[in-house]
Amino acid sequence: MTTATTIFAGTRTLLYKEVLRFWKVSFQTVAAPVLTAVLYLMIFGHVLEGHVQVHGVGYTSFLIPGLVMMSVLQNAFANSSSSLIQSKVTGNLVFVLVTPLSHWAWFLAYVGASVVRGVVVGTGVLLVTAWFAPVQVDNLAWTIVFTVLGAALMGALGLIAGLWAEKFDQIAAFQNFVVMPMTFLSGVFYSVHSLPPLAQAASHLNPFFYMIDGFRHGFFGVSDVSPWTSLVVVGTSLALVCALCLHLLRIGYKIRH
Amino acid sequence: MPAQPAISFQHVGKTYHGARGAVHALDDVSFDIEQGEFFGLLGPNGAGKTTLISILAGLAGASRGSVSVLGHDVVADYAAARRSLGIVPQELVFDPFFSVREALRIQGGYFGVRADKRANEAWIDELLEQLGLADKADANMRQLSGGMKRRVLVAQALVHRPPVIVLDEPTAGVDVELRQTLWHFIARLNKEGHTVLLTTHYLEEAEALCGRIAMLKLGRVVALDRTSALLAGTASTMLRFKMDAPLPPQLAAQSRVTGRIVQITAHDAAEVERILTVLRQAGCQPEDLEIGRADLEDVFLEIMHGTPRPRAAA
Repeated sequence: MTTATTIFAGTRTLLYKEVLRFWKVSFQTVAAPVLTAVLYLMIFGHVLEGHVQVHGVGYTSFLIPGLVMMSVLQNAFANSSSSLIQSKVTGNLVFVLVTPLSHWAWFLAYVGASVVRGVVVGTGVLLVTAWFAPVQVDNLAWTIVFTVLGAALMGALGLIAGLWAEKFDQIAAFQNFVVMPMTFLSGVFYSVHSLPPLAQAASHLNPFFYMIDGFRHGFFGVSDVSPWTSLVVVGTSLALVCALCLHLLRIGYKIRH
Repeated sequence: MPAQPAISFQHVGKTYHGARGAVHALDDVSFDIEQGEFFGLLGPNGAGKTTLISILAGLAGASRGSVSVLGHDVVADYAAARRSLGIVPQELVFDPFFSVREALRIQGGYFGVRADKRANEAWIDELLEQLGLADKADANMRQLSGGMKRRVLVAQALVHRPPVIVLDEPTAGVDVELRQTLWHFIARLNKEGHTVLLTTHYLEEAEALCGRIAMLKLGRVVALDRTSALLAGTASTMLRFKMDAPLPPQLAAQSRVTGRIVQITAHDAAEVERILTVLRQAGCQPEDLEIGRADLEDVFLEIMHGTPRPRAAA
């Protein structure tokens, strides 16, 4: 077996293991976030449907892409961060540390598995919420691009959080005080055009806003900013986060002493 | 041209910098382990054994010096070095998501071993059989006892058929049956040409299995020789007896007491006579008195509490 084949097989195995890990507890990692998204839809849709229209569509229809993308992002982050911190705390990370896998292999496998989980959960949310309101896809390519880029960005961010954290508390803090507020304030539940000027300006500094706005553009063909602007912001953010993540993996930050 | 050493440590140093200043865990450690050797690395807790193995495995980086496996530097050529190594870690760790067979397939996969190839699956079956895990192959790791988990750790280290096997206290806290099973299997692999590096606190295991031994103390190599030479070079006589009364103070320094059992090192017959005289004068009544050859534990204690020995050539 050539070195290249060995490297590919090793990377593929780590990716497979990471996907199998979340799939074995899919009730917790897939079904639970789908249920949470459906509850949001039912509650907000019930209160606001008939009172609010955004971009010319009913509120429930407007809400669905936002909830789908929010689920994609949160679950992509949760996958890499929780896997890594669990392995660090329980000590079984040693099984991967003693292998010939390079930092690139780690990166591709962990981020790849995060994208898979994000897509699985996002698809689940879409399939279930589509029963509550008509959903149309104006441009499938934009939805795929922003799903993959957003999930990859959050998977890499989760990997950084998992490397940095030394206990579960720190991951929970990262999730509750960084990921959750930035997602909720990114326009999942509203159009940023409805905000006061200062809040609008603040929203434009939030990269999560561009992920959700670009994804939503794929559904309705309209958005708060051009999808190309969103693509540049998301692509740049992804490149920066990936560069930091690869650097930390290369030096073995907090995993090799 | 001589064969590459299986493992080569050259001037390895490791310094940890903490709030209380620098701690030197390893200081100028140099020795080679030849291909096919069964080599023991001994030392008390904190001597630096696990740090040295961590550097070998890539879990830690050396502050100074270099380490290579079959000629592959563990930093510059880490992939080739790690492919040649099978490490059984000291900690009893496991991945709770997987069954035993899944864990082995995954571990092999990291090294490029494909689970769908019949030869590889046959090797996994053999590992399961040899280590007494065949009936647990489909059990989740969480359902296994501590001893069974330890067996899986050994199987995981061997699944990619590494030429060099490193066992970091593999029999800590396991029953006699597993020890026998494990040593039988590892001895077979050693006979087939695998190099084995063993650290253990069970010195009788090291004496029985290892052809050569290095002893570490406070991060330095204080003895390095063939096991037989180490045994020959120590105080050759050991006085053993049982006693309920406290030992006379003048004998305490050279004695080892385990419960009622007292062992005292003696260099010659005159010293044995002197010890017995001291016991009689103190009114002690030793039971089951016997005089025997010193074992590796005696050598170990003498070295750890005495002066470093000169090293033999590798």
